[in-house]
Amino acid sequence: MTDNNYRTDGGEGENGDASGGESRVREAHLSGDDLTAYVCTNGHATFPGHQRCPECGEVQTTTLDLSDARAEVVTWTTSTATPPGVREPNHLAFVEFDLDAALDAASGFTPGTVEGPVRTLAQLTTSDVESGDVVEPTYVDELREPGAGIREPDSQSWDGYRFRPVED
Amino acid sequence: MRDVAIIGASMTQFGQRDVWIRELLAQAGDECLDDAGVEPSALDHLYVSNMASGEFEGMTGVPNALAHDLGALGAYTQRVDQTSSSGGGGIYAAWQSIASGASDATLLVGGEKMTHTTTAESTDIIASLTHPVEYKHGVTLPSFAGLTARHYLERFDAPRESLAKVAVKNHENGTRNPHAQFQKEVDMETVLESPIIADPLRLYDFCPITDGSAALMFVPAEEADAYVDDAEDYAIVSGVAGATDTHVVHERDDPTVMGGVVESGERAYDMAGLEPEDVDVAELHDMFTILEFLQMEGLGFAERGEAWKRVEAGETKMDGDLPINTSGGLKSKGHPLGASGIAQGVEIYEQVIGDAGPRQVDADVALACNVGGFGNCVITTILEAAA
Repeated sequence: MTDNNYRTDGGEGENGDASGGESRVREAHLSGDDLTAYVCTNGHATFPGHQRCPECGEVQTTTLDLSDARAEVVTWTTSTATPPGVREPNHLAFVEFDLDAALDAASGFTPGTVEGPVRTLAQLTTSDVESGDVVEPTYVDELREPGAGIREPDSQSWDGYRFRPVED
Repeated sequence: MRDVAIIGASMTQFGQRDVWIRELLAQAGDECLDDAGVEPSALDHLYVSNMASGEFEGMTGVPNALAHDLGALGAYTQRVDQTSSSGGGGIYAAWQSIASGASDATLLVGGEKMTHTTTAESTDIIASLTHPVEYKHGVTLPSFAGLTARHYLERFDAPRESLAKVAVKNHENGTRNPHAQFQKEVDMETVLESPIIADPLRLYDFCPITDGSAALMFVPAEEADAYVDDAEDYAIVSGVAGATDTHVVHERDDPTVMGGVVESGERAYDMAGLEPEDVDVAELHDMFTILEFLQMEGLGFAERGEAWKRVEAGETKMDGDLPINTSGGLKSKGHPLGASGIAQGVEIYEQVIGDAGPRQVDADVALACNVGGFGNCVITTILEAAA
């Protein structure tokens, strides 16, 4: 992950909210560099963040780390026709985070005040999954090869989290 | 606002073409002017629907190039990019230009030149519309379709074969379309045994990569009689509307609902004063077979989770209660991104004026739904016979 396009410090400093109003969580939330949900003043949580809450249009002011959160597989696919720089086959899923557990593990949230669901599209470590399985994130420093595809390598991050089945 | 008429249409051969974007657009534009009986010098506005000519062939500024090549210099030109729904976006823009009084004659031409790229390159150009958090995982539009198809089949207990029947039906329809990329039938076995592309979807669940162009000519309805012999030769744009859904596809509450389809459909029905039951024939954006189910349900042609039953019952075939994709759809006709929404418009125009030849069904009201991204931006158009 590159440092120059990554901030989760609440928007202070040169990239922060210069309006003097309520501090927005800016910059990183538009790029989704981290596995971090963003919560607006009305308690709507999204991943990634947005300039304004998609649900109500208010600003997003707090964050919720999901990098240790478990999630449930909503649906999955194995893609065999992958773009340049992408592993083949590519196992992908929509997963939905256990938001209550993530909130319990975090500090500063009042139970029942944050509204999901919060999901992500993500690579899976294996095709040996079914819908409904519980998975957890595991960090990968390069999900696809930067520069092999059409997108400008410096325009976004390329590290992130794959999800693996939880072995209880 | 003024009522808007479509008085002419054209489309080039879809498929692998040895001409580039400028020539493709010029061919369709020229044929459409001829079909409508409009001189190029009469054009006030000239719109070009195109997603990615810069990315595909390093050619930008195509609307101006087309104005020059068609002899329409002086016309106001504008490019419309709504990814795969650029064509529908162009229909909306062209309608606005006439309805508002800004133009008395608007030619809309859409096209894309794609087949010179590899499948991987083409897929990546299209996938570049995705958010960074999804793009970095190597997502493609086909993989969104695989994710959605699995969820739909599991949730609604629909048989895998029902998706294959969409492909079989649309290929059969495509045999009657001389402009289609594929004019051959496929059987269930071929679809179900074709290579897996995005599990559970296979090769024949997907549209091909295509070169092609299509065009429509718009004038005020009150002036249509000056161009055509009688009212049977033009159509009225009775409803057209667009809407968006999330850019980040995983943020949708329900993966089987495309909000842009629902909202653009409702707005188009409201504008036309019509209900889903009034539609006689529809062109839906079957870039992937599963999308035909989602649009049928989003547009009110079937209850949630039950579109597959209408397909299984044969109700969407040419001789069914609601023929869908009589043109062959994107599935067999091909999907040159910027042209596809306009080619849908060409089909429903020909259906309501009774000029669809071997594909003709009994139709006074026809609908087209053009989907950009994976339901990210959608335009629904309703045409009615003027006579």
